[in-house]
Amino acid sequence: MNHLLREKAPITERAWQELDREARERLMPALAARRVVDFTGPGGWEHSAVNIGRSTDIDEPLEGLRARQRRVMPLVELRAYFSLSRTELADFDRGASDVDLAPLDDAAARIARAENIAVFHGWPTAGITGMAAGTFPQAPLPPEYRNYPAAVAKAVEQVRTAGINGPYALALGPDAFTGVAGSTEDGGLIVFDHLHRILEGPVVWAPGLSGAMVVSLRGGDFTLHVGEDLSIGYHHHDADTVHLYLEESFTFVVTTSEAAVALAPQ
Amino acid sequence: MAQSAGLHEPEDRLTPQVIDRHRALASVQEELEAVDWYDQRVAATTDKELAEILGHNRDEEKEHAMMVLEWLRRHDPVLDQHMRTYLFTNGSIVGEESEAEGRDGGGAGAGDGSLAIGSLKEARA
Repeated sequence: MNHLLREKAPITERAWQELDREARERLMPALAARRVVDFTGPGGWEHSAVNIGRSTDIDEPLEGLRARQRRVMPLVELRAYFSLSRTELADFDRGASDVDLAPLDDAAARIARAENIAVFHGWPTAGITGMAAGTFPQAPLPPEYRNYPAAVAKAVEQVRTAGINGPYALALGPDAFTGVAGSTEDGGLIVFDHLHRILEGPVVWAPGLSGAMVVSLRGGDFTLHVGEDLSIGYHHHDADTVHLYLEESFTFVVTTSEAAVALAPQ
Repeated sequence: MAQSAGLHEPEDRLTPQVIDRHRALASVQEELEAVDWYDQRVAATTDKELAEILGHNRDEEKEHAMMVLEWLRRHDPVLDQHMRTYLFTNGSIVGEESEAEGRDGGGAGAGDGSLAIGSLKEARA
């Protein structure tokens, strides 16, 4: 038994398989950051920190010595709790295909959004600097979706001029993604297609991202370090309800901030 | 044996990740095959100096194989999970399987409970 305590839950093997499948289906489209940054891990639940190769002077214990302390990036543990009806879970074993898993879906959306926000915008409490805190000044995101290709082309040129090769990806917040998906330019060109040609890479739906971000996919610039990859654990249960959680541990390290340009809404 | 240039399905139906994993898997296969060949030559030659050179080369192939295997581990969460279960253990290897299933609650979900999502990054468009 590991710390997730799954076998303590009053959940059958079949129901666990359905819960895991549902969680994967909900998480994978929403984990936008994992589509544009490098992924290292999983290092396991016991993995606690990432070496960043830095140290700080500290007071020496005795004269005639020099003391330095290593600095590391500690991983953060993130949990999204949810509760499911035991009656609904029992219906899995009767062959039901319409079991109400809305609380699991909501938890998956929350934790995916939180991971995206940490990577794109940062999480100061966790010591995470996001990609949007790059050295480039943020470029403006035009109000009209048909003008996105020009802004994205300019951002790509900014990254390329810094010597950072493509292909490039464009991460878009949900509203911008929906707007772009339904837009055409003056000449009838579909905005989505035009963006693909400029980027030579994907346009990514990114819940939690405010605005847009152009990112080089060459690798080595941004890394999501994962200890425990997303997992479902057991918290407690009563006669009617099982209380579970989605959990992961991670941190995010920026190596080359110039490899991304944030496009901020005006 | 190794088909490093051969894909078994049309390339346009494969993702860049699958093709990169194919490259890595073919490389591991080739490196380990070379280990086997060198091993046999070391055993067969009667020239001591040649045996030393071939043995040196054989052991370098082992290093190459492990480097690529580590790349594969980082890009395949299920492989990572199995490596964590079976590598660097001392008891019965077959026994590790039942122990792992016991840790997972007798089949209560996959492996250690991880959803095994890992990286979703595409190297190319």
